[in-house]
Amino acid sequence: MAITDVPAFAHLTDADIENLAFELDTIRQDIEDSRGGRDSRYIRRTIAAQRALEVAARLMLAAGSKRSAWWAGTVTLGLSKIIENMEIGHNVMHGQWDWMNDPEIHSSTWEWDMSGASKHWRFTHNFMHHKYTNILGMDDDVGYGTLRVTRDQKWKPFNLGNILYNTILAIGFEWGVGLQHLELGKISKGRDDRAATMKRVKEFGVKAGHQVAKDYIAYPALTSLSPWASFTSTLKANAVANVIRNVWSNAVIFCGHFPDGAEKFTKTDMVGETKGQWYLRQMLGSANFENGPALRFMSGNLCYQIEHHLYPDLPSNRLHEISLRVKDVCDKYDLPYTTGSFLVQYGKTWRTIAKLSLPDRYLRDTADDAPETRSERMFSELEPGFVAVDPTTGRRRGLKTAIATVRQWRRDRRTAREAATPDDLAA
Amino acid sequence: MAKNYIKVSANVADTVRPKIAGAKDHPGWHALRTIAERITTPLLPDDYLKLANPLWSARELRGRVVEVRQETVDSATLVIKPGWGFSFDYQPGQYVGIGLLVDGRWRWRSYSLTSSPVTSAPSRTITITVKAMPEGFLSTHLVGGVAAGTIVRLAAPKGNFTMPDPAPASVLFITAGSGITPVMSMLRTLSRRDQITDIVHLHSAPTESDLMFAAELAELQRSHPGYRLHVRTTRDQGRLDFSRLGDEVPDWRDRQTWTCGPEGMLTAAEGLWSAAGLHEQLHQERFAAARTAVHGQGGTVEFARSGKSVTVDAATPLMEAGEGAGVQMPFGCRMGICQSCVVGLLDGHVRDLRTGVEHEPGSRVQTCISAASGDCVLDA
Repeated sequence: MAITDVPAFAHLTDADIENLAFELDTIRQDIEDSRGGRDSRYIRRTIAAQRALEVAARLMLAAGSKRSAWWAGTVTLGLSKIIENMEIGHNVMHGQWDWMNDPEIHSSTWEWDMSGASKHWRFTHNFMHHKYTNILGMDDDVGYGTLRVTRDQKWKPFNLGNILYNTILAIGFEWGVGLQHLELGKISKGRDDRAATMKRVKEFGVKAGHQVAKDYIAYPALTSLSPWASFTSTLKANAVANVIRNVWSNAVIFCGHFPDGAEKFTKTDMVGETKGQWYLRQMLGSANFENGPALRFMSGNLCYQIEHHLYPDLPSNRLHEISLRVKDVCDKYDLPYTTGSFLVQYGKTWRTIAKLSLPDRYLRDTADDAPETRSERMFSELEPGFVAVDPTTGRRRGLKTAIATVRQWRRDRRTAREAATPDDLAA
Repeated sequence: MAKNYIKVSANVADTVRPKIAGAKDHPGWHALRTIAERITTPLLPDDYLKLANPLWSARELRGRVVEVRQETVDSATLVIKPGWGFSFDYQPGQYVGIGLLVDGRWRWRSYSLTSSPVTSAPSRTITITVKAMPEGFLSTHLVGGVAAGTIVRLAAPKGNFTMPDPAPASVLFITAGSGITPVMSMLRTLSRRDQITDIVHLHSAPTESDLMFAAELAELQRSHPGYRLHVRTTRDQGRLDFSRLGDEVPDWRDRQTWTCGPEGMLTAAEGLWSAAGLHEQLHQERFAAARTAVHGQGGTVEFARSGKSVTVDAATPLMEAGEGAGVQMPFGCRMGICQSCVVGLLDGHVRDLRTGVEHEPGSRVQTCISAASGDCVLDA
């Protein structure tokens, strides 16, 4: 039934959590104190490179008549849009570069190259998702109002289409993001504040209108003047580039909160939450994926989703060094640090979404101990005093050990059951 | 278990759209920009062009330092060629905001223009003259650390410490130290316009070698009999005594007077002119540095757009201060992570409650985790 008591789930005392918060605050302070010319050069060069890449893509699409040129231009444009949305737009809007005091690279002025308005994104993402991360009923990113991504959400016949909806969402992700703040569900039920809704519809309409006009009218019209390109060839290229960007950004974002081990929470966790508990919820609710420099850059450093959630406003180029220190903190408090290869993590999100299209009676695990959600109840069989320093290894026994222990018991029981049943099968 | 209900609301600040400087002055170019914007949206054509040349953008005023001339041991004149959008029709005596990239951060200060608008327009350059202040981090950097070719940001010229055209018949300038800079722009302009009829100029500097523009002032004195300069070297002659101003300038009451210099001098002058009932003949320029030098604990927060103000302590977030005063503050998470509440800091300093870092005027701040550090003005 998702986590209702974060300290109990994490097997940490109030004093532990306070120390944890202090250690995480120290990391933040160190990074803030060392931000400087190197970081500022990084983002300015990234922006320049992205704009150059975009111009190159547009030129390829206008000047190349061969099929290979079309594909080269389309893929380049897709890559440029990915960089613009993720390593630049998402991170700038988080205020990661506000410290530079550059009005052109600032959360209060940045508008990104996709159909959603950045103002709406700052509400749904920066505020709702990052403050109320993975809290059922508060963080809309838990399923985006259409997908069943945890068995905490009650099954409805509608959920049978889970895989289909996820496919549609991935392909049209920019529209999902753009429409999220309009809360179509509420509008259809007449539960919205009409004046506020109309204002948002207008803001979205203006932004999306400009984007559609650019990609599907202005650019095709402009390149149709070129002898090597046509209106439709450019229109198709822009559409495909947008889909490339949509599918990739969707995959990266899903890897952040839906693979196995990324916890879900109930609303009660929020009440009177301390800074340390907020940090804990961010760590438990997020998942990383393993990376090299290229994957790091192309994911907007969201391969470090855990670190990003702890410090949403620290520069993305520093998350790698932060991750080394956060891993040490996790080890010290015996907390899980959820990560895996990109394909495995992404595969797990699809597996969960596929499984959860079925009603609960076809699912083996309960909402207290399932891959995508757990609660402190899974530890009810652990004897009191489990949390301690292991006398033989000298290591703290905490959440990670507790999960491993409960899992081992479950596996043992299953083996025992299977050992008892072969006769039945034979019979 | 406690109450199972949290009210979620926010008032997210609008995304600030770029302003085009000088759009009205170049309607043809602006029309072209508007058309090109169809394919560059959400960016402007300028955002691409400035990668080829930083001066090719009217979204932010920029300039290139073309020359750095040493004036005295601790002062230098920067000749700056502004980029697109800069308007050269400023008034002599006005100041300009200069943003310099230092260690990844844009730092802003205001300096009086020392060039004359008469010569700026044809040469398409402006000049500022900066004196390195011992405690002034940026001024020291500008005097010693800026090479020709450096790109700086500019804010449009401002200020009402200006010389009218035509100039009054008789003028008195009282300046000290780098306070001579705005008056230099006036003198150069008056000389160009041939309006130097009767000017008395009292200038103070510690020693002869600290005198900025010495050669040019001497030349001005030689070529214009109507310009009389009295230099006082304060290290051996002491400061100007305003109670005995009549000894030096017997007809000071009949003159329009412009004074610029240290706070003590300005206060003394203000007292004298007020006592004589001649307050409107006195024009003064106070350097921003003097106004904001004292950082305190808390202070009076002024909300420029709503016209309200409130006095708060050093622990009260600006957001709470504004809400308490009935200002519609933008807000979101109230914990410093969502950037919904970011507004401009127009004047004064504020302090980050989490880290203690001070933010300077000209930056944008998160009101939910910042508090006043002395008096300040917010764009809210």
